Amino acid sequence: MELLDKLNILADAAKYDAACTSSGLDRSGRPGTIGSTTLAGCCHSFSADGRCISLLKVLQTNVCVYDCQYCVNRRSNDVPRAAFTPEELCELTMGFYRRNYIEGLFLSSAVIRNPDYTTELMIRTLRILREERRFGGYIHAKAIPGADPLLTRRLGLLADRLSVNIELPSSSSLSLLAPDKKKEAILTPMGQISQGIAASKQELAVYRHAPRFAPAGQSTQMIVGATPESDRHILTLTQALYDRYQLKRVFYSAYMPVSSSPLLPVAETFKPPLLREHRLYQADWLLRYYHFRAEEILDESQPDLDPRMDPKCCWALRHLEFFPVEVNKADYEALLRVPGLGVRSARRILRARRVGPLNFEGLKRLGVVLKRAQYFVTCSGRMMTGLHVSEDGLLRHLVALEAPALAGPVPEQLSLFDSAV
Amino acid sequence: MSWTQISCQYDGSYPGFLSCVFDCYVNREEPVEFHTPEDMCCSLYPLRAVATDQEHAMRVYRSFAKFGAEGERLAVRTFLTCLPDKELWLWRFLRLAYDQGPGIGRNLTDPTVDKVRKAVWHLEHEAHMYKGFTRFSELDGVLAGEIEPKNRVLPLLRPHFCSRYPQERFVLHDRTHHEALFHQPGPHGWAILPVEDFSLGPADRTELQYRELWRAFYDTIAIEGRYNPRCRMTHMPKRYWAMMTEFQKDWETALPEVRGR
Repeated sequence: MELLDKLNILADAAKYDAACTSSGLDRSGRPGTIGSTTLAGCCHSFSADGRCISLLKVLQTNVCVYDCQYCVNRRSNDVPRAAFTPEELCELTMGFYRRNYIEGLFLSSAVIRNPDYTTELMIRTLRILREERRFGGYIHAKAIPGADPLLTRRLGLLADRLSVNIELPSSSSLSLLAPDKKKEAILTPMGQISQGIAASKQELAVYRHAPRFAPAGQSTQMIVGATPESDRHILTLTQALYDRYQLKRVFYSAYMPVSSSPLLPVAETFKPPLLREHRLYQADWLLRYYHFRAEEILDESQPDLDPRMDPKCCWALRHLEFFPVEVNKADYEALLRVPGLGVRSARRILRARRVGPLNFEGLKRLGVVLKRAQYFVTCSGRMMTGLHVSEDGLLRHLVALEAPALAGPVPEQLSLFDSAV
Repeated sequence: MSWTQISCQYDGSYPGFLSCVFDCYVNREEPVEFHTPEDMCCSLYPLRAVATDQEHAMRVYRSFAKFGAEGERLAVRTFLTCLPDKELWLWRFLRLAYDQGPGIGRNLTDPTVDKVRKAVWHLEHEAHMYKGFTRFSELDGVLAGEIEPKNRVLPLLRPHFCSRYPQERFVLHDRTHHEALFHQPGPHGWAILPVEDFSLGPADRTELQYRELWRAFYDTIAIEGRYNPRCRMTHMPKRYWAMMTEFQKDWETALPEVRGR
């Protein structure tokens, strides 16, 4: 088979993996090697669906022994199968990397024969890249659940970031759609990796040349919209993953109909829940950067995120007693709670108000989104001039602000499952 | 007493500008416009031609350490931006900075600081974009690439690419400002030099194969059900596309042809 055909098949099989980040690690290049990584990561292109292309995202092989219903590579699916040899994949990665097409390699794989064999194949590829080609670029590798812990450790010593896909947000959905996978089998390597990272950090503090195990951390991904879990369930799970396993990121992937299984939404009428995915990412940001807790964003009376407005606006509307916030006095935590104020603008406010009191014009210069923030802040005790809004008027204003950006009618979210479940 | 207003003529280089700053402070003069000898202009203000003096320039440059890290960064980088009348804005910024010291980095609501800060942000943002969107082609063992930035990003791209490809010989050509970054292996093996004419031979077979592979990958990795051209354009504005392999139509040329040239 031609390399071009293999690349087509194996990139096509890998494209449903959401993670394509190259962040979390600063490593400059050294003479005699090739490649470096930057802390913020670097996007090298954007595909027609608007997602970033940072890494060469391919599978080692798409030959799979499992039969997970939601997956395009399941055993029962009739698609062309291929496999890269380790040498081929290294050649391709180096060729792309030298031309600055990519930031590194994202290596995942379907399970060929058994998890151990698959992991060994991946290790061989990464070993050639790192040791023979002296490649210092970014490598994101998928740990295969069920592989021997020693093999996963070897993989983590070669890669910068490891990830284990949690696939579905609950164990009942998992047993329904992926009968070969168990929740424990997914969480065990996740725990092992998280411990490995912590131990490696400790060793590095003592010995500068200690081996670095997954220095850019670990991430995971789950499919949203294939099963009937609520947003509250998903966010609580996400928070538990951040707390317990110190993950860098949790990725959500709106379910794309790739299967006609009776257990899944019908392909013909199904629209991928892209807006819901977007709102989940917004809430995820609130968890990671804005000191919110999942319980604050959603509770039992409100199990799903409002599609009309971002989660921070929703929180603000439910907690009007918290506002207005005085920008010249409030602390960082309080500033972060204001809709229209982000991490950067909050930091800038802290810096700028040491020079003198801030007014609304000054806020605008700092990059604050006043069209949202104006309802929630005061400058030296004064609201923005000419602003008179009642409480329910506020909701209408905020919804109207976002309405033009939301293409088409507001989608009904969970109604799709009334017939399926 | 207010300073005499003058029109400043210098050679267009950064040391030249710093010499202007030095002379203006010595003579208590306030420049209201800057121009180079090539500019055809006439002014009502008295003209002062400033000769570039490396020693004076270095003294001014070293004095930027008084502005704190943030202020120093702005003072150095503003000259690389495409801000209209950047010399004048930078002059106003320096006056303010000598006055306020390290506090200048915090004075974000001042109109001058704001203007300069946003211009530098634009420069740094563009440089970051080009870290990803630059494409190299291999020609006889040398990597060659071209960019068409609004700001002078080469000095900012230099540490990135030199650190990334320490063992490679490469050339990165800036079409807008007619200069190029050259690099060869070894310590300090780089230079940014003015380039008059930049053309390369045709691409060979291996190079064409890699381009084809990359285009195949680019087309495959998009999910049809999520097609979102507006999102793509937000993240990657169309002005970058002309130089990128994935949008290249003609396969024979060494580097992508730019439409409208």
